[in-house]
Amino acid sequence: MALFIPEITLVAIAAIVILLDLFIEQKRWLAQVSISGLVIAGGVTIAMWGGSYPAIFSNMLAVDNFALFFKVLFLGVAFLVILSSTDYVSKFSRFQGEYYALVLLATLGMMLMAATTNLIAIYIALELTSISLYALVGFLKDKKSTEASLKYLLLGAIASAVLLYGMALVFGFTGKTQLGEIAQVLQTLPPMTLLASPGLLMGIVLLVAGFGFKIAAVPFQMWVPDVYEGAPTPITAYLSVASKAAGFAVILRIFFSAFGMPEWLSQNWGLIFAALAVLSMTIGNITAIPQANIKRMLGYSSIAQAGYLMVGLAAMGMASGGSILGQSGVLFFLTSYAFTNMGAFIAIIAISSKLDSDLIEGYSGMGKRAPLLALALTLCLISLIGMPPAAGFMAKFYIFSAAVNHGLLWLVIIAVINSVISAYYYLRVVKVMWLGEAASAEKVPSSGALRLALFLCCIGVLLLGIIPGFAMRLAQLAASMFVY
Amino acid sequence: MGSGYLTTILFLPAAGAVLIAFVLANRDRLIKWTAALFTFVPLALSLILFALFDRSPEAAGLIQFQEKALWIAPINAYYHLGVDGLSLPLMVLTAFLGFLAVLISWKIDMRVREYFAWLLLLETSILGVFLSLDLLLFFVMWEIEVIPMYFLINIWGAGRKEYSAIKYVVYTLFGSAFMLAGILSLYFTTGSLSMLEIGKQGLGLVQSIMPAAAIFFLLLIGFAVKLPVFPFHTWLPDAHTDAPTAVSVMLAGVLIKMGGYGMIRLCVTMFPSVAQQYAVILVILAIIGVLYGAAVTMRQTDFKRMIAYSSISHMGYVLLGIFALGKVSLVGAALQMFSHGLVTGLLFAMVGLVMHNTHERDLRRLGGLARQVPIITVVFSLAGLASLGLPSTSGFAAEFLVFVGSYTSTVVPWIQGYTILGVLGVVVTAGYILWMLQRVFYGPPLEQYDGTADADVLERVYMFAFVAVIMLVGIYPAILTDVIKLGISPVVGLLGG
Repeated sequence: MALFIPEITLVAIAAIVILLDLFIEQKRWLAQVSISGLVIAGGVTIAMWGGSYPAIFSNMLAVDNFALFFKVLFLGVAFLVILSSTDYVSKFSRFQGEYYALVLLATLGMMLMAATTNLIAIYIALELTSISLYALVGFLKDKKSTEASLKYLLLGAIASAVLLYGMALVFGFTGKTQLGEIAQVLQTLPPMTLLASPGLLMGIVLLVAGFGFKIAAVPFQMWVPDVYEGAPTPITAYLSVASKAAGFAVILRIFFSAFGMPEWLSQNWGLIFAALAVLSMTIGNITAIPQANIKRMLGYSSIAQAGYLMVGLAAMGMASGGSILGQSGVLFFLTSYAFTNMGAFIAIIAISSKLDSDLIEGYSGMGKRAPLLALALTLCLISLIGMPPAAGFMAKFYIFSAAVNHGLLWLVIIAVINSVISAYYYLRVVKVMWLGEAASAEKVPSSGALRLALFLCCIGVLLLGIIPGFAMRLAQLAASMFVY
Repeated sequence: MGSGYLTTILFLPAAGAVLIAFVLANRDRLIKWTAALFTFVPLALSLILFALFDRSPEAAGLIQFQEKALWIAPINAYYHLGVDGLSLPLMVLTAFLGFLAVLISWKIDMRVREYFAWLLLLETSILGVFLSLDLLLFFVMWEIEVIPMYFLINIWGAGRKEYSAIKYVVYTLFGSAFMLAGILSLYFTTGSLSMLEIGKQGLGLVQSIMPAAAIFFLLLIGFAVKLPVFPFHTWLPDAHTDAPTAVSVMLAGVLIKMGGYGMIRLCVTMFPSVAQQYAVILVILAIIGVLYGAAVTMRQTDFKRMIAYSSISHMGYVLLGIFALGKVSLVGAALQMFSHGLVTGLLFAMVGLVMHNTHERDLRRLGGLARQVPIITVVFSLAGLASLGLPSTSGFAAEFLVFVGSYTSTVVPWIQGYTILGVLGVVVTAGYILWMLQRVFYGPPLEQYDGTADADVLERVYMFAFVAVIMLVGIYPAILTDVIKLGISPVVGLLGG
């Protein structure tokens, strides 16, 4: 039970926040209670790093370094989201308690997603996350937000159904729901049975489709722009970073624990991911170019970023057994992406709430009106392009090197050319901020909590870009459980 | 060996940039003096290193003043700096132009703080390219350069600056995309990111994973865009024309040299046999660059664009010298990079000065300035003569070595024929330079330029600094060739020459 303290803390704090909301007038305490809960959970999780623990709940939850890595990542992102929400929540003053509680519960769901080793538990964790997020997306209650929430709910439900169907097929074929046991069954198969058993093949394809929705890979990305635009900006940030990371956590675990071993099998799904990567990168980048709304633009860019991440998945599929470069590359990329995208969205929260609009043209002259915010946003955008000295460069270098190592040079060339395309639309924002005429000389205010969050993100972006060694080492340790 | 000299040289400008950006708000004079200080010290230090550099024949191929520290353990990347005969002159040149660029920018009065911060950061990144001995560090420095250039052209430029800036970024990133793929392939075929190790072991084993020629061309595309080699050159006239003066000086002076340097350091050193195999293609591209560049220069009516196109032509000599693959031709190419950095740097500075003082950049509307601005005229003419390769200027020494070296090289078939075609470029160059001088400075003086200011004290200081170095290298080229030879000889050894 001791291994479950972080999760229990989150549930308890969520409950406390809702109850407190009934009694206190000073709503800012809610944020502080939530943050302290996240800090406690994070501290306990970090303390568990490196230990060898048995799996808990009749083998349904693993407490390995991989799970711990993601738990710390989700807690950290939630921490930043709550810090940056403190200004924003005034827009829905009556529901602050529910807001924070739902963020905590979604985080809990993601932590469980990273830890589960059983198909049924994965599904339950996924739904816990999703339902919290459906509600959060609709929190603004205006027309756009409601539409986004409904769209997310409907499409998400379809994705869930597809996923569940895929799981059922895999279960039907192997008779197991435990990932390790599925792997054992598959390893006894003679090669080429995959094509002879369309059920399993179908199951895997449906799993890819279901998770493809979560990570916003093309062609399952249709919901992204509208939902990103309509959701409250901190929740957009949360969706683009944490929910995507959770999707990748599950994919890594399922595809490596269950379908990783017979090489003929892993190379097949490796190619599926390679194809999806090409589609996501190219379509995401090209459709991002004409966007006038910065949240939509970042929505499309996050589709492209999922594409780069899938290059890592493809590399992982192509690798034979012993190499963890692909997995640790994905983990490192997710970490650096978390800092980068959170940073970008936090800057946008500050600027857009002043402008009361998300249009890129409104950012004109921000370099004069809010030099530090503009500088931070510029750094994050440079990181998203993948240029040094920001974290994004190291992340891409690391992931692409895995791909080259496993013979996917063609894929890497497509990916780096895509990075060039992305430079065009990211720099457009930079250009507007530093070269455009300011609409007014008014300064852009931001709260201390938000500035702290932004500062942490920028430090993270620079540290991961300049001395990434430590984080890479952690990612390798977290991924090392995948070596047979 | 270490002692941190190179690190100091490398990061002083960046430190100055940070200081200027975050500490010195709106104190323009102080910012300019800080920028001057933080670029002068690296220049002084690099001159000291130039003096201390071991020139004895035993030092051939040795990397001196090395500094090495583990940087990113999981991927075996090192922070590894060092200079040899090839990179030392380019380091000195960068430090020299970096300092002069600050002086040239003294009259900037728009967004001063940002301007000098970016300019100093630019210097660090270029220095980093020449000093790095680790492929990842090299690439990081190579990429960092793009951001300052984007801002410098975009904010302080002129004309179609926004178009030129984004064109520059897209072209450069496109080239480096392929370069990155090449570096990654190199990393996994050799298991190392160290340029020295890879250079030493040769790439005999490369055949097993992917053809060496593929890696060679992946890398080459990146360098070819930067140099620039025909047909990847179209960003250059735009970027040069629209950039502010000091940035044009840095761009023409050292930035495009990164391409030539990379070709020698990575392409030729690591893949000598592939280089030999495909040398003919590159030599032909070089000749096209020389002649096409010169022909287009002839047709220009914009003052700055003209110098920009002449760079394409002159970089053709560098490419010719490199891929003629002879000992003398390679030395010539390296010397030509240095010389062109000085000469074109000066030309851009002078064009900037003329444009600033006359507010006119159209050659057809200038004329007779010799009466009004005698000092500018003299220095401009000197720079022009150096550009067309007049003896006793650095341009002559460099071009002479390139042509003699290429003509006598035994590696590339028909090289004599190509060289002779290349020499025609010199004739055309003489034509357009003299014609330009004639159109701008001679002929009847025009009334509207009466009272145009001549160079002031500060401008005279940097003009004469340029001229002094150009003449020094022209009269006594051995001061550089002795050093360059030490860097070139191991490359030539690999080529079997």
